[in-house]
Amino acid sequence: MSVRAVVIGASAGGVQALSQMLPGLPVGFPVPVMVVVHIPPKKDNALVDLFARKCALPVKEAEDKEPLVPGTIYFAPPDYHLLVEADETLALSSDETINHSRPAIDVLFETAADAFGPALAAIILTGANHDGAQGLRAVCEAGGFGFVQDPATAEVATMPEAARVACPGARTMALEDLAPVLQAMIEG
Amino acid sequence: MNESIEDIEIQLLLDAVYRHYHYDFRHYARASIKRRLLQARQQWGYDSISEIQSAVLHDETILPQLLNFLTVQVSEMFRDPSYFRALREKVVPHLRTYPSLKVWVAGCSHGEELYSLAILFAEEGLAERTIFYATDINPAALRAAQAGVYPLDRIRLFTENHQLSGGHTSLSEHYTANYNRAVFDKSLRERTVFSDHSLVTDAAFGEMHLISCRNVLIYFDRELQDRVVGLFGESLARGGFLGIGSKESLRFSTHANLFSEFVREEKIYRRKLR
Repeated sequence: MSVRAVVIGASAGGVQALSQMLPGLPVGFPVPVMVVVHIPPKKDNALVDLFARKCALPVKEAEDKEPLVPGTIYFAPPDYHLLVEADETLALSSDETINHSRPAIDVLFETAADAFGPALAAIILTGANHDGAQGLRAVCEAGGFGFVQDPATAEVATMPEAARVACPGARTMALEDLAPVLQAMIEG
Repeated sequence: MNESIEDIEIQLLLDAVYRHYHYDFRHYARASIKRRLLQARQQWGYDSISEIQSAVLHDETILPQLLNFLTVQVSEMFRDPSYFRALREKVVPHLRTYPSLKVWVAGCSHGEELYSLAILFAEEGLAERTIFYATDINPAALRAAQAGVYPLDRIRLFTENHQLSGGHTSLSEHYTANYNRAVFDKSLRERTVFSDHSLVTDAAFGEMHLISCRNVLIYFDRELQDRVVGLFGESLARGGFLGIGSKESLRFSTHANLFSEFVREEKIYRRKLR
């Protein structure tokens, strides 16, 4: 089955890593991309402006009950978890922090795994905690594709390492290879 | 995708809870509910959601625990201080013109939002003429709200938020610290009616001047959001105010035309005058 959605999780060093990766997704990229970055709970989402300037694809903050649109990059709002519903709409929640984080990568990945099953690609980037490890495992168990940034090249290796331990089936990749590989996978 | 067995079990459980106990979670946003049920299953050591269903139907002491899983909501006092600042600076001047006021905190959970508003109204000299209605479906949450006791380690955040909201008293004037807990003054809830009310199944509440219901609508599906926004419309006096969560919106609601944006960036709406 082909990939119909991409989810990405990043923490410490994540803005830098995403700045290298997301601009590599070209206009016409055929599936939605959802991103959780751990950032402090400020109301304004500076990430959206930052990446809107860098990316070829439209970038926006995810809104509650919004239907996913192919070729759009959605960022989780600060201080809210981002979830995917089975009907491929987005949902927000202000539940407890998970792994001390809100938004939490695990929440996005687990709900996206549920919604997309084997048609999901999930990527864990640099970070200094264990968030995303459970989520990546859920993606792999649902038959989806797991990717982990090579810890050797990550600004902070803890998160990719934890993800690799939790989900040995995930592929470890250099940051610069991720966008081309996704594109090849989705178009091929 | 095909409906998984887990999804079928969740639907059956929600149906069972509704049919036996009349708590209606059937139109709650499903992804959140599912995560919470899976947490409950794990914590209780059950192998399947169906086992929760069986337990809750045959043992009514399970229901309150299940409600705690399904309705847990996390808040803090003066959460999003800029919201409270906007209430203080832009809404209060309108409220001052009424001889008596009714304020509804819908889905009050453990009461953080209620006490924030009560303190704000006291600071603005409106407390004497205001009746607060604090409602929730979870009896345990209502009891906690009524008690007004919070762990002392949360007070630092509450105090910081209160200052940022433009508070002109010290938060410490409003509670007594006692061991590791802060007990908020009885005076803050003297004019509060705590009541069991379901936004899903119960009717409008009558002539409010302000409804604050933040980060509740996100837990509902589109259809239920519509019902609740309609209910708020019916419950507000003309010219009354509605505050919702900073990432919520009335934009997509079929009842959006009842309201106008009042403080756009803080998600404060006003019931149209006609």
